[in-house]
Amino acid sequence: MARDMSDKEILKMELEQLKKEVNTPRTPVGVNCADTITYVESRIAEDMLIKGVPDDKNPYKGDKGGCIIT
Amino acid sequence: MCDQTFMAITFGPCDSCSKASPLMNIYIKSDPINYCSFCMEMMACQALQSGESLATLKSESDSLKKKLEEERAKLHDVELNQVAEKVELVSALSIRTRRVLKGHGNKVLCMDWCKDKRRLVSSSQDGKVIVWDGYTLNKEHAVTMPCTWVMACAYAPSGCAVACGGLDNKCSVYPLSLDKNENLAAKKKSVAMHTNYLSGCSFTNSDMQLLTSSGDGTCALWDVESGQLLQSFHGHTADVLSLNLAPSETGNTFVSGGCDKKANVWDMRSGQNVQSFETHDSDINCVKYYPTGDAFASASDDGTCRLYDLRADREVAVYQKDSIIFGASSVDFSLSGRLLFAGYNDYTINVWDVLKGNRISILFGHENRVSCVKVSPDGTSFASASWDTSLRIWA
Repeated sequence: MARDMSDKEILKMELEQLKKEVNTPRTPVGVNCADTITYVESRIAEDMLIKGVPDDKNPYKGDKGGCIIT
Repeated sequence: MCDQTFMAITFGPCDSCSKASPLMNIYIKSDPINYCSFCMEMMACQALQSGESLATLKSESDSLKKKLEEERAKLHDVELNQVAEKVELVSALSIRTRRVLKGHGNKVLCMDWCKDKRRLVSSSQDGKVIVWDGYTLNKEHAVTMPCTWVMACAYAPSGCAVACGGLDNKCSVYPLSLDKNENLAAKKKSVAMHTNYLSGCSFTNSDMQLLTSSGDGTCALWDVESGQLLQSFHGHTADVLSLNLAPSETGNTFVSGGCDKKANVWDMRSGQNVQSFETHDSDINCVKYYPTGDAFASASDDGTCRLYDLRADREVAVYQKDSIIFGASSVDFSLSGRLLFAGYNDYTINVWDVLKGNRISILFGHENRVSCVKVSPDGTSFASASWDTSLRIWA
């Protein structure tokens, strides 16, 4: 689609888009970062990739290799 | 007589090119226009309003971009890593390869987890799509697509179907049956049709709708049952390489990234491009929403990964190092949103601290570029797919 458009049409499309975007509501970065940090701190305790999983609960640390032959 | 001859009533500077020459006096919508014959021809050929040209459009576009930058800069009061200074450092991670899934004959291009946290689907360059059980390494299903370079694959939320596509310009859905003897290829359903290769696909919250992105520069939403196009999304000016749905139950926005270096956020119902970000220096290979849905990360051929905040409408962090010169192909967040896993073309996976912006560790193991990295739905492990024909599960 974009390959079939002439440069002028592409520029017109970008211009229309920019006009809409200039008016979007924005909030300050500091507030949003603080929210992000609060979110992370609340969930970090459950994050297995950071905290690690005890061997008996970890499905991947299983005894794949062993087998008993009688 | 040559047709450039005409009765000229006035002679003077042309309104458009300011050169002194015989002028043609015409009226457009009762405005007098005095152009020389050359400018008159140009105007007629290009069907432009008076005064409009490629150059004026470009300059208007540039001035709007500058205005947008200024608006965004007003809210840039602090950096993310400054706000995160008081946050505790992440201790050394004990992540290692736990499983290596071998079976593909050629480069693995894409993979996806099933909601049951143990199955994965992966697709490769030779046209094979394989469904694996991650715990037992069992290959549960294998389908051969009629095309090569299957660049996109996705697991349905119910776990009963997979969607895949690539150079065939289509996205097909295969229902997975438990009957081992059944030929899956016979039940294939072609859902999406694009005019260029399929680069990404994803089911929405149900099995009934499929979102696709394509090399033709568009994204589209399809109804799986009927194959009907529900909504199309135009706005990228080059190939779209990746898409990701917002992580909410109501979920009606998604983000896409493409070769035009832009990442766009779209409203699925209206088809409108809601926000757009252009700070990368090269193609964006992958985009992924943050667990909160208020931010997203992107990975690009310029070797950097960036975090964009949607409420602040700007980039808030760049994850880069001078020593990283190869492009990043894929990113994903850990469950808490503290870690960012990024796969690179230099065969490594880097783990970044999202808040502080530094690299926590490098994971080695693959023997060729890493094409796709995805964290499992419960956050206990993540899988990586690579051009070395294997997939690895890390935990």
